[in-house]
Amino acid sequence: MDDAIAVRDLVVDRGRRRVLDGISCTVRRGVVTGLLGPSGSGKTTLMRAVVGVQVIAGGSVTVLGRPAGSPALRRQVGYLTQAPSVYADLTVRENARYFAAIQGCGRAEADQAVADVGLAGAATQLVGTLSGGQRSRASLACALVGGPELVILDEPTVGQDPVLRADLWARFHEMAAAGTTLLVSSHVMDEAARCDRLLLIREGRLIADDTPDAVRAAAGVDDLDEAFLRLIRANEAGPTGDAGREAS
Amino acid sequence: MNPRILAATTGRILRQLRHDRRTIALLVVVPAVLLTLVYYMYADQPTPPGQPAVFDRVALVMLGFFPFIIMFLVTSIAMLRERTTGTLERLLTTPLGKVDLLFGYGIAFGLAGALQATVASVVAYWFFDLHTAGTSALVILIAAVNAVLAVALGLFCSAFARTEFQAVQFMPVVVAPQLLLCGLFVPRGQMAGWLQAISDVLPLSYAVEALQEVGAHAEPTGTMWRDVAIVAGAAVLALVLAAATLRRRSG
Repeated sequence: MDDAIAVRDLVVDRGRRRVLDGISCTVRRGVVTGLLGPSGSGKTTLMRAVVGVQVIAGGSVTVLGRPAGSPALRRQVGYLTQAPSVYADLTVRENARYFAAIQGCGRAEADQAVADVGLAGAATQLVGTLSGGQRSRASLACALVGGPELVILDEPTVGQDPVLRADLWARFHEMAAAGTTLLVSSHVMDEAARCDRLLLIREGRLIADDTPDAVRAAAGVDDLDEAFLRLIRANEAGPTGDAGREAS
Repeated sequence: MNPRILAATTGRILRQLRHDRRTIALLVVVPAVLLTLVYYMYADQPTPPGQPAVFDRVALVMLGFFPFIIMFLVTSIAMLRERTTGTLERLLTTPLGKVDLLFGYGIAFGLAGALQATVASVVAYWFFDLHTAGTSALVILIAAVNAVLAVALGLFCSAFARTEFQAVQFMPVVVAPQLLLCGLFVPRGQMAGWLQAISDVLPLSYAVEALQEVGAHAEPTGTMWRDVAIVAGAAVLALVLAAATLRRRSG
């Protein structure tokens, strides 16, 4: 079982709108996979389906060999929601220790998670008094506490300064090197280059599933931003339009 | 249910409350101020022959009202925040069970309600010379069970509110009819039949009856224990209903 996540023909409707329209893809173990696409393309919905909180209309999602949302997965999967989901009226440390306790971890692991996201100096500050970027890192610490096997991060680097962003990406790669699987969403294309593999979705459909280099090669340009533009145009022009799947 | 997670959740909710000093101050001070108003309102009213003094009758029931009203509001807002800030969604992806969360709120705010009732009772008994035949410990016990009921109702109602404006509107819907029909303003026996029937299915009516039993009898009566059991049963029922509103998967 080489795949941490296997999505097959996933269909999700929200209200009357079809948000995901028959997506199939896999996420390999022990690498950083980027989930890219414009705002509203269905990234968050796909991530919610993977952590098992999304009602799905069709298809299947298998995570670490089990159906998404299985009780056994709740100890193995860390989830960072797009909006920071931490308690504003608790300190950073109290938040991390609470989520650590739920995962059966101790205070030392909670404090380590806080230090890992660069918030050791703000550990005793109430989350409500933090800046937006600090708050989202506090939320990240709570998702990473206890070292989950699979980490789903919905836009973890939004609002972070460039130095911190580089630090966070270095941390993600350290985790991957240690065997953790990461699925990281972003709508910033320059972050795509930092991923081992890429999934590009647009309007609920998968249009690329490959390494950054292969995506560049398939589009015939060096710039990933431009490569994605070409793939999207090719996808819209083509009758069946599945450049990504052909490329992989 | 997992005792470790339940304890962590209860502690977390109490810690949130502890950081909010103003809320704690309001919880403790407001009942005392209102009791003071009631005391002076009735200070010059004659006591009807053969009945308890009006202040004794009203203040005793008010000691049960405070935790009921306040804990309902506090819980509905707290749970709505869990839903709107995404912490609930995150919690539901963790090993935390629904019961751990709901009981955590029940225990934490139940304790806060008991604290509030204790302070209000101290004020009523010591400063205003509240007289009850039974012991004040039973009054506090009933007030605490009332607080747990209010927490359970708040957890359930928060599922039907999308905003804090809406959540606050549930207070008059859920709380006001129970206050009006509980027997404080008009004795339940003197109400029209259909009003009595409504009063009979509202849990606060039993809490008030239990308090009145403590007011009238030196020893705890069978009626009082039955009433306390009914209130506790209603709290459990509301918690079960609240659990049904917590879905791990949503649209």
